[in-house]
Amino acid sequence: MLEQLLAPAVIIGVLASGIQLATPYLYASIGEMFSQVSGVLNLGLEGVMLVAAFAAYYITWTTGNYYYALAIATLVGGLMGLLTAFISVTLKAEQGISGIGIYLFGLGLSDLLFLVMVGTPKAIDGVPRLEIPGLSDLPVLGPVLFSQNLLVYGAFACVPLAWFILNKTTLGLKIRAVGQTPEAADSLGISVSQVRYITVTLAGAMAGIAGASLSIALLNIFQQNLTSGLGFIAVALVYFGGWRPFRIMAGALLFSMVNALQLWIQTLGIGLPSDIAGMLPYVLTIVALIFAARQIVTQPTALTKPFERGE
Amino acid sequence: MKNTALDTKRGRFDPGRFNYILVPLAAGAAALFVGGLVLLALGANPIEAYIGMAQGAFGSPNAIADSLVKAVPLLLVGVGICIAYRGGMINIGGEGQIVMGALATTAVVLAFPFLPGLVLIPLALVAGLVGGGFWGGIAGFLKARFKVNEVLSTVMLNAIAVQFMTFLLNGALMDPSSVDNTIRIPQTLRFPPWADLPRLVPTRLHFGVLLAIFAAVVVYFLLWRTSVGYRIRAVGFNMVASKYAGIPVNRYQILAITLSGALAGMAGAVEVLGVSHRLFTDGSATGFTGSAGFNGIVAALFGGLHPLGVIPASFLFGALLTGANSLQRTVQVPGAFVTTLDGLVVIFVVASQIWAKRRATQRVLAETTPRPATPTAVTPDVTP
Repeated sequence: MLEQLLAPAVIIGVLASGIQLATPYLYASIGEMFSQVSGVLNLGLEGVMLVAAFAAYYITWTTGNYYYALAIATLVGGLMGLLTAFISVTLKAEQGISGIGIYLFGLGLSDLLFLVMVGTPKAIDGVPRLEIPGLSDLPVLGPVLFSQNLLVYGAFACVPLAWFILNKTTLGLKIRAVGQTPEAADSLGISVSQVRYITVTLAGAMAGIAGASLSIALLNIFQQNLTSGLGFIAVALVYFGGWRPFRIMAGALLFSMVNALQLWIQTLGIGLPSDIAGMLPYVLTIVALIFAARQIVTQPTALTKPFERGE
Repeated sequence: MKNTALDTKRGRFDPGRFNYILVPLAAGAAALFVGGLVLLALGANPIEAYIGMAQGAFGSPNAIADSLVKAVPLLLVGVGICIAYRGGMINIGGEGQIVMGALATTAVVLAFPFLPGLVLIPLALVAGLVGGGFWGGIAGFLKARFKVNEVLSTVMLNAIAVQFMTFLLNGALMDPSSVDNTIRIPQTLRFPPWADLPRLVPTRLHFGVLLAIFAAVVVYFLLWRTSVGYRIRAVGFNMVASKYAGIPVNRYQILAITLSGALAGMAGAVEVLGVSHRLFTDGSATGFTGSAGFNGIVAALFGGLHPLGVIPASFLFGALLTGANSLQRTVQVPGAFVTTLDGLVVIFVVASQIWAKRRATQRVLAETTPRPATPTAVTPDVTP
């Protein structure tokens, strides 16, 4: 069994598909990170991803234009993010429960639209691979790192970008201030609501891209509950990564590698029943959360707490 | 601040507090309105659709019975959500707890099919309580011991439970007659007829309805008439103060979510014993539960997170679910519309809490603070 798994082809396969599988996690988690650092737990990612995944799928299916599909998915995600912001920031609703509301809404709506507009699952041509000239011919590294599609490269580019925005820009400083001590930020003239609107909408838009990356660049299909918990795991990854972009990336890679391995185990037909193998990512999430809670990094103080201006 | 409106002092329904009833109703109406817009966008006539749903839910004695039957798991889960919420825990794990409860019940029934119904049914129900309670307790333990956010852990536990059930239904628990077949159906043997929950009237209405209402009343008494319930609420209301008052906060939080899970487990037990008479899955995450774990949250919210309020709320939602079955027939809209509507109801109800709270705060302020116009208010009153 071990020999089978250690064959070079399998290892390259696991690494390559692991990196690909990390894409939706990365987009969703990095977006969620901004939202959480500013103090808003955005639990509805799963629902946003589903609706955006359907939108991207539908547009690709009808027009075949990936850029158009991606733009619409981002827009749909952003709008749902704006709705989330309105609910959690302006109306100060309980974030855990309103997130479930967004999830159910997205789950139902995406299924409904799919059944009405498409009917049965039909495969589409996904976003083509972009071989990076020269580098893609390298042994091992070539297929793993340099012959992926554009969305994969984009996801990994988001990580340093997010780090830069969060730690080196005024906006990043404001985001952190609003999540740690909103009262102090408010007294310095930072609009807590405005900053949170920006981050929560951004999280929605990025969840939109995550959904699209799943339906048009990874699975190339749409069906009911396509994400199957991926959005929730993305939220957990933010905790696991201690609200830091590079750690979140490490978490996302760990997860996707385990997932890829799990899929390979199923294809190779090694002893483990597929349902048990399918539990792995979720069990791993819980274990990861246990370790995450032991970190020295503490969560943003104002996370899940709506800001009430003292008057 | 968080609990001012939700934590009515003695948990009684004060007829003066219309907000608790009016605000959710207005939120429900708003959700139906937006749902209507969705229907319009799909090219269906919303009024026709809603009338069809009402007929599907209340049009005949059978329809009413079906609505009540659909309400049972929502009520049980919803009442559990109330306990967890009052203890400061958000239990998103109803789905998994229902599954684990149903699995435990199924295991008991299949292991002791020779027992008479009077022994077997209570035993199976208790197994359901234990199964669901165990699954909820894990989330409580993880929170108390490792500070793992219960919202996330329960979501993961849901997925694990469903996989576990699928695994067992494809192996150990599979109907033996199906195992030899080429077409393997992931379901158990039909339970012996004496394990069926008794029917109340010649419809599908079963004894579980009474059981669920009874559970709601018991939980009401537990939360507002016992010291255990008082402590659960104290922990949820102000964790720090409770800690200083000597309440073992961790223990009560674990207890709250364990009880919550136990009730969801009971919902699973009632579903297998009263409705399906076997455990089955269609492979999807909500195939067996019918999303009752999530819909129970909706019912709990709609009922003001009060065990007695959940009774009418869950009957309303049971009717909604039953009515939705007729959507395909009357206006050719897939049943998935109901999940959408569910989400809208949650969003509107949660979002509208701000008005319920604001009114309640104004009321409290009006009752407790003296009017600035009265001169006595200026001088502090120090007489004992």
